[in-house]
Amino acid sequence: MMPAAAGRIRVTNIAEIPLGEGRLVEVAGRHLAVFHTRDGVFATQPDCPHRQGPLADGLTGTGTVMCPLHDRIYDLRTGAGVNTDCSISVYPVTLAEDGTIELVAVTAELGA
Amino acid sequence: MRKEKLVVIGNGMAGARAVEEVLARGGADAFDITMFGDEPYGNYNRIMLSNVLSGIQDTDEIYINPLDWYAENGITLHSGSPVVEIDRAARVVMSAAGVRADYDILLIATGSRPFMPPIENIRQTDGSLLPGVFGFRTLEDCEGIIASARRSKVAAVVGGGLLGLEAARGLMNHGCETHVIHQSGYLMNAQLDAEGGTILRRTMEAMGITIHVGKSTQAVLGAGRVEGLRFKDGGTLACDMLVVSAGIQPNVEIARRAGLTVERAIVVDNHMRCVDDRRVFAVGECAQHRGKVYGLVAPLWDQARVFADQVTGRNLDAQYVGSKLATKLKVMGVELASMGITDAAEPQDEVIQFSEPSRGTYKKLIVRDGRLVGGILMGDISKAAYLMQAFDRDSKLPEERLGLLFDLGTPAQKVTLDEMPGDQQICNCNGVTKEAIGACVAAGKKTTKGVMDATRAGMGCGSCKKLVGEVVEWFAGGAVEEDPSVHYYVPCIPMTKPELVEAVRAQGLKSVSSVFRALASGVEDAASKPALASLLITVWAGEYEDERDARFINDRVHANIQKDGTFSVVPEMPGGITTPADLIRIAQVAEKYNVPLVKLTGGQRIDLVGVSKEDLPKVWADLGMPSGHAYGKSYRTCKSCIGTDHCRFGLGDSMGLAQKIERRFRGVDSPAKLKLATAGCPRNCSEAMVKDIGAVAVGGDKWEIYVGGAAGAHVRKGDVLCTVDGEDAVMRITGRFMQYYREHAKWKERTYSFVERVGIERLRAVVAEDSDRIGEALDAAMQRTVDAASDPWQEAVRPRTANQFSDVLVAEAAQ
Repeated sequence: MMPAAAGRIRVTNIAEIPLGEGRLVEVAGRHLAVFHTRDGVFATQPDCPHRQGPLADGLTGTGTVMCPLHDRIYDLRTGAGVNTDCSISVYPVTLAEDGTIELVAVTAELGA
Repeated sequence: MRKEKLVVIGNGMAGARAVEEVLARGGADAFDITMFGDEPYGNYNRIMLSNVLSGIQDTDEIYINPLDWYAENGITLHSGSPVVEIDRAARVVMSAAGVRADYDILLIATGSRPFMPPIENIRQTDGSLLPGVFGFRTLEDCEGIIASARRSKVAAVVGGGLLGLEAARGLMNHGCETHVIHQSGYLMNAQLDAEGGTILRRTMEAMGITIHVGKSTQAVLGAGRVEGLRFKDGGTLACDMLVVSAGIQPNVEIARRAGLTVERAIVVDNHMRCVDDRRVFAVGECAQHRGKVYGLVAPLWDQARVFADQVTGRNLDAQYVGSKLATKLKVMGVELASMGITDAAEPQDEVIQFSEPSRGTYKKLIVRDGRLVGGILMGDISKAAYLMQAFDRDSKLPEERLGLLFDLGTPAQKVTLDEMPGDQQICNCNGVTKEAIGACVAAGKKTTKGVMDATRAGMGCGSCKKLVGEVVEWFAGGAVEEDPSVHYYVPCIPMTKPELVEAVRAQGLKSVSSVFRALASGVEDAASKPALASLLITVWAGEYEDERDARFINDRVHANIQKDGTFSVVPEMPGGITTPADLIRIAQVAEKYNVPLVKLTGGQRIDLVGVSKEDLPKVWADLGMPSGHAYGKSYRTCKSCIGTDHCRFGLGDSMGLAQKIERRFRGVDSPAKLKLATAGCPRNCSEAMVKDIGAVAVGGDKWEIYVGGAAGAHVRKGDVLCTVDGEDAVMRITGRFMQYYREHAKWKERTYSFVERVGIERLRAVVAEDSDRIGEALDAAMQRTVDAASDPWQEAVRPRTANQFSDVLVAEAAQ
């Protein structure tokens, strides 16, 4: 296992998430939805605030994800709802050259 | 300037409408408005109560003005607070709750209540109705009837008029054996003649409603609760509930106590003003004008306009001169319009009549001096709009009388709309003309809903909604700035489906991401991905480059996602036929994986509901059965009945055919789900006539093929596409229809919409008669698709993507 860079937490390797899809990942005891889109990697809270749909199972667009239960769409960069008043929490992640996805965050933030 | 005080007694359709008309004339600046209502709600569309009873509409949908509306317009509303006294000398009204309101102008719009005929035991000693007896007038009545119907086996309706029949139809929908008892010799005797009433009776009886005419009810039987009815002729009928719809009784007690002239109702002049007091007006069912009391909605709208013109001073010449009565019956499955007199009355009256009782069609017009004075249209009311207009305006009829009853030479609807004069009324309830709709479209409202919200067209009884839509489309179609995006296959690419197919073929675009790159500047739209994937599969079949991220989750994991993120697993069970061994295996799998729910589906399969994503491949492997495809926009299933092997009525081997169909078409993608069925005889036990495609054996190895049926959110009987000889022909036509549908339907457009949009005549020509010489091409395209299809549950042993069936990846364990 690769050690995480300082102040970062290793999430997974990009090879674990097929292109254009998301996966639910457990990081430091918390769940995150992590997406591998054609324009980068993103991480959000796991459940849709509308009816707790699993966002990791959603369809992605350019910079967006659509909840599989009732088609609520969120901006992956800001967490803002696109077709809904709800919004979600997003977490900054980085992609290293070897494909490692890392979370740039303090652990406490995950539970916020 | 001091505002005047306008007080309205009654918050029903009349009172609220009158206030709306006042507001529309700038009345908010001239008046402080106070309204009193008996019922504890905002006002609602009483005409729609029969839809609520039938379950077609929810209570929420029939409110005209919610409580917010009163606040927004500065109206003080005292709901649930009936007025008990009018002091005309002091110009003040008082409510039961002790509220006093001064007025400068008083409008009485107290409406009416159901008339309860003098039937023994209909009331208890305290004057209240015997439990189980209902009027049909208010939301509360409606809710009471629904609650009671759920507990009742047999329901009786006294009164076979318009409202009584609507109530009866609603009770049927709640599963009651329903009887209508009518005193006159035929139904709806106010609006029909004897022949029409008799034909209507047959139509109602064909729906399963028992009609008793010429019967008068003497007593309600039962102590403490309705148990039955006794008639004057000595006969009885056991029933659990009774709805009385025997006419209306105007609510005029308060007016009478205030010393106003009351005959059958409150007597008003041509300004809707009481004859005794220039500050007091009355409109609606509590008003009597020139000896007439109207119980329909259209006169009320006219009265409200005249009242508003007078009190606001907007048009002091406005006069109400009475209304001509025209009605439409709002009973599911019956088309009926009636206007004016029902039988010839003068020697010169000319009667034009057509009758076809077996089909429930009856048309009768009464013409006097070249003008329409009465009419009945039943079964086919396509000419109703024109005739009602001619009747209302007293306009001269064309010499060609036959054309009054029938559309001769089938002129297109377009021509009719082109020819329709601008001032023709489209919505009679709200008085909206063709011109008004045109102005609204021109002002930027491009959708039917937008126009309806702005003009209120179609928001009264609702019977003109379809016409409103057509008129909006007609205007919008001619507008240069019409928003073309409604025709795009997906919103992010400005092309219709045929244009997109053309571009995809020309540029060799075989994956969803390549379509976005080539045609949408590389911007991916999540919602469009599955739509594009579906189109590409249809175009390229085996050459399609499958990108799993373009699939909805159901199609990535081959199961149907549930609200808690678990999935449902439905193995294939062709024709609904299984074996003890398969059932045992299903049971063992359900126990092994603690499946929370095992459910029989409507498609004659078994559903294991609540399986986690991680368990899916294990469940499939243990089942050892192919996927039933119960999750995708694809061929789903083919139900069947028992067919010829065991059933004593069977005419064709429906089970064998269903299995053949399933084994050929399983896994075929389509624009929306396809549910099929085969029936061994026209008894239709497997419901083949309401499936996307259904084959019904009719004897002699012949099968009728139905398409465009539906029995879900939308209910529609399929159209007969053709009748064919033998099962092979069924397979071929089924495949051709499916392929034509795959190539031409919009994304998520079910066959019931597709068949109506394209037209069954066109489909018969193309699919059954091969008019376009594309039959072989359709067959070949379907064959390629069938060859490319495979059982997706094989991915249990060969997953296609990383962590395809993982519920959660754990960071530490990831490589």
